Amino acid sequence: MAQVSLRKIVKMYEGDVQAVKGIDLEIEDHEFVVLVGPSGCGKSTTLRMIAGLEEISSGDIAIGGTVVNDIPPRDRDIAMVFQNYALYPHMSVFDNMAFGLTLRKFPKAEIKRRVDEAARILDITPLLDRKPKALSGGQRQRVAMGRAIVRDPKVFLFDEPLSNLDAKLRVQMRTEIKKVHQTVRTTTVYVTHDQVEAMTLADRVVVMNQGLIEQVGPPQELYHHPATRFVAGFIGSPAMNFLPARVENGAVHLPGGAVLPIPEARRARYAGAPGMDLLFGIRPEHLTDHRPGLPNRADITITPEVIEPMGMETLAHFHLGEARDCCARLEPTVLAEPNVPIVLSADMNNMHLLDAKSGRVL
Amino acid sequence: MSADTLSVDTRLAPQPGTGSLRRFTRRRSTIAFLMTLPLLLVIVCLVAYPAAYGVYLSTLNRTMERSIGLGNFEILFDTDTFWNVVWQSCIFAITAVIAKALIGFWLAHMLHHIPTKGQRKWRGMLLVPWVIPPALSTLGWWWMYDPSYSSINYLISIVGAPPVPWLGEPIWARAAIIIVNVWVGAPFFMIMYLAALKSVPEQLYEAAAIDGATGFQRLRYVTVPMMANIISITVLFSLIVTFANYDIVRVLTNGGPRDLTHVFASYAFQVGILSGNIPRGAAVSLFMLPILAVCAFFVLRGVTRRNKEQM
Amino acid sequence: MSAATASKDVAKGSGIYSKAGSLSSERRWALWTAYASLILATIIFLAPPVYMFITSLKGSAEIANMQGNPWLVRNPTAENYTALLGNTMFLRFFLNSFIITGLVVLITMVISVLAAFALARMRFFGSQFLATGVFLTYLVPDTLLFIPLYQIVGGLGLLNSIWGLVLVYPTLTVPFCTWIMIGYFASIPKELDEAALIDGANWMQMLTKIFIPVAMPGIIAATIFAFTVSWAAFVYPTAFVTTPDQMPLTIGIVSQLVRADTFAWGQIMAGALLAALPPVVIYAFLMDYYIAGLTAGATKG
Repeated sequence: MAQVSLRKIVKMYEGDVQAVKGIDLEIEDHEFVVLVGPSGCGKSTTLRMIAGLEEISSGDIAIGGTVVNDIPPRDRDIAMVFQNYALYPHMSVFDNMAFGLTLRKFPKAEIKRRVDEAARILDITPLLDRKPKALSGGQRQRVAMGRAIVRDPKVFLFDEPLSNLDAKLRVQMRTEIKKVHQTVRTTTVYVTHDQVEAMTLADRVVVMNQGLIEQVGPPQELYHHPATRFVAGFIGSPAMNFLPARVENGAVHLPGGAVLPIPEARRARYAGAPGMDLLFGIRPEHLTDHRPGLPNRADITITPEVIEPMGMETLAHFHLGEARDCCARLEPTVLAEPNVPIVLSADMNNMHLLDAKSGRVL
Repeated sequence: MSADTLSVDTRLAPQPGTGSLRRFTRRRSTIAFLMTLPLLLVIVCLVAYPAAYGVYLSTLNRTMERSIGLGNFEILFDTDTFWNVVWQSCIFAITAVIAKALIGFWLAHMLHHIPTKGQRKWRGMLLVPWVIPPALSTLGWWWMYDPSYSSINYLISIVGAPPVPWLGEPIWARAAIIIVNVWVGAPFFMIMYLAALKSVPEQLYEAAAIDGATGFQRLRYVTVPMMANIISITVLFSLIVTFANYDIVRVLTNGGPRDLTHVFASYAFQVGILSGNIPRGAAVSLFMLPILAVCAFFVLRGVTRRNKEQM
Repeated sequence: MSAATASKDVAKGSGIYSKAGSLSSERRWALWTAYASLILATIIFLAPPVYMFITSLKGSAEIANMQGNPWLVRNPTAENYTALLGNTMFLRFFLNSFIITGLVVLITMVISVLAAFALARMRFFGSQFLATGVFLTYLVPDTLLFIPLYQIVGGLGLLNSIWGLVLVYPTLTVPFCTWIMIGYFASIPKELDEAALIDGANWMQMLTKIFIPVAMPGIIAATIFAFTVSWAAFVYPTAFVTTPDQMPLTIGIVSQLVRADTFAWGQIMAGALLAALPPVVIYAFLMDYYIAGLTAGATKG
């Protein structure tokens, strides 16, 4: 068990392409950290540098206090689960899980004990004699995890392990991974592009964009207190709406003339806001059907273009001024229709004001 | 999260370039080089060096004592036999490759159309000519072409046609060689086309059918473009092998009658090995090189271009 | 090709769709054309070996008679086969072929598997160039270089020796085998070697424990290719070997059995068939690998 430290990590590819532009990250012992971001943000490269599969252009990576920059993967005491599982097709499940131990010349009995134990944790004991070809996607995923567990490494590395599974299995395996982590408590670095996976699994989420870390924090914090426009837009589904806005006289002015008063308690925070070009950010779940009488809410009239009934909620898509693709979450009981204006209520306690230029949340 | 205090001393840490991971990479190059060394030796010692040596040989005189420059080529250009060899090789290669390509294409389509279950069996039987070493199967053909007891002429006589002097008349001897070559090579084309046909996704045909393409249009606009690369590589490969063919000519006619069925390889053999004029033999076989290189260049350029377009 | 879909429906025993009159008859017609072509082609393709077999069963008297239908045997006899199997020279050819082919296959596979692994997985200076070089050497026909090779082998004192053939045969087999092995190795997902690397394997272990077992179909295909090519090689032995006891089968039969004034056709045919047996048997049992090896060169190129 160990902590992992990344210090000023840079990855340059030929032709001066910077995939990772100098990131710092401390991962505590036993912690489950998820690196999340769009494709090309450098999250996989970072993970592969921790694994030793990519050289580090500059900076240091330490595992358990030892700088591992120059240590080849096999001596870093890590285990990795790949997106396509990377099971050895010619070996049985048992041999797949035992391979790392065999190469390290563990005694036979010890190998068997460890594989059996991991198989028990993952509930794959009946599959030990099979070849990977005879397994379903979820079972292969378990074997890949088993291969990591038996090694009892300092760190688990997961590279988008659920991307190849269908939606239902993905949810199931997500729970499984969390359960395993709670059992073995190994420090884990997990890479995904799926923010739901990040939110559900992580102790701390690291949001990356264009080779840099945008924000690090526990899932709830990222959701409620995003630091940048990128994080605000990336976390949450459907994504947060951003509308160009100005602040005057303690109220947010939106294009089209809507005026939304800022709650008393939050006014001090936006003291410097008047006169700036701002973005008004609000999540669809905080933009709901009109319910008069609730405190700290403000009304906006919109004309929905598309109505999507989801069962437990109804999504209304609209645009307001130049802001396209806005979305509101309505109660399913509301009978909204396309092109018929309705009044929505914005929860002003959960809105954000952002500096339009820098993208920082005020 | 920020580790400023720690990063101070890491600046002083050795650059990764000197580290053992880099050493690991360098060692990888060394291992890789050692692994490819035997291959390099084969290519350099048994292909590149002989090629260069062959060029050198072709400039020597018969006893290999002094250089006569392009003398061997000049002498060759003055002999009718050599020009016969050039024409015979070209006509032989082109006719045979076209015939093999068409027959192979037809059979591949026919195979592709019958139920999948039966395909294996038919394919298995149709590939037999390719599997038997050609020098040996040509012996069988030789016997079938036998002037006094030809089994082919027997079959022809059933329909009342006169017997054909297969290996006696130059024109028939040439035809006989082409027939055997096509017999050996058509299955190869068939199997390559069949592999190509199976690699065309069924949806493309369905989409084309829904777009209103007739059977021929589907062949013209879907099958052929999708197979273009495999077709051209197969044709190139077959062209080279046919052009440089030796065994069939050697067994069937050995160049006769009157040296009229010689191709480059058999003529080079005759001049170089049998008559002992090594330099001139080398010159004859070297003459194949520019012709083959030009073919290879154009075919491979087409393949590369199509590959790029489809990326 | 309408028949492509047609054959499928017919194969499924077609349901209600077969009632659609003209479409169904068009499909049936296409299917008949297909079968007619295949039957005709099979008869033509198999006629020579069948005729060789028929001849091999004829006694010399029957052949010398040269009367009647050549496609029929009147007095089948195994005397040609027994004569050959009692002929030490013929058995010597067989032995030579086996020694040469066995060694060449071994050498070829070692060279090409090692090289293909390095070329497919370990990028190094010049690896791309070398891979292209492999492809180009595979396009060089054997008849282009046999005269300089004749001089070289002669200079080494290896003319008239099976060792000279063992030395030069790899030029026929190595480029193609390396080429298809590169294709097979390159198709193994990169994550597999990364997993092995993390599991603690070094390069040699990665090759022997992961790559070779996973690419086994490719290795079998390449081995079959190397075997059939060495077995059938004709130009090199014809040029380099003139003493019968060093000859492999191909040239042995062509030059030694076909030498008497009255050709012993029965024996020649029997010998040719026996000589063709090893590749044919391999083909019969490993047809899928054989075909995979044949097509790999172009489809992966």
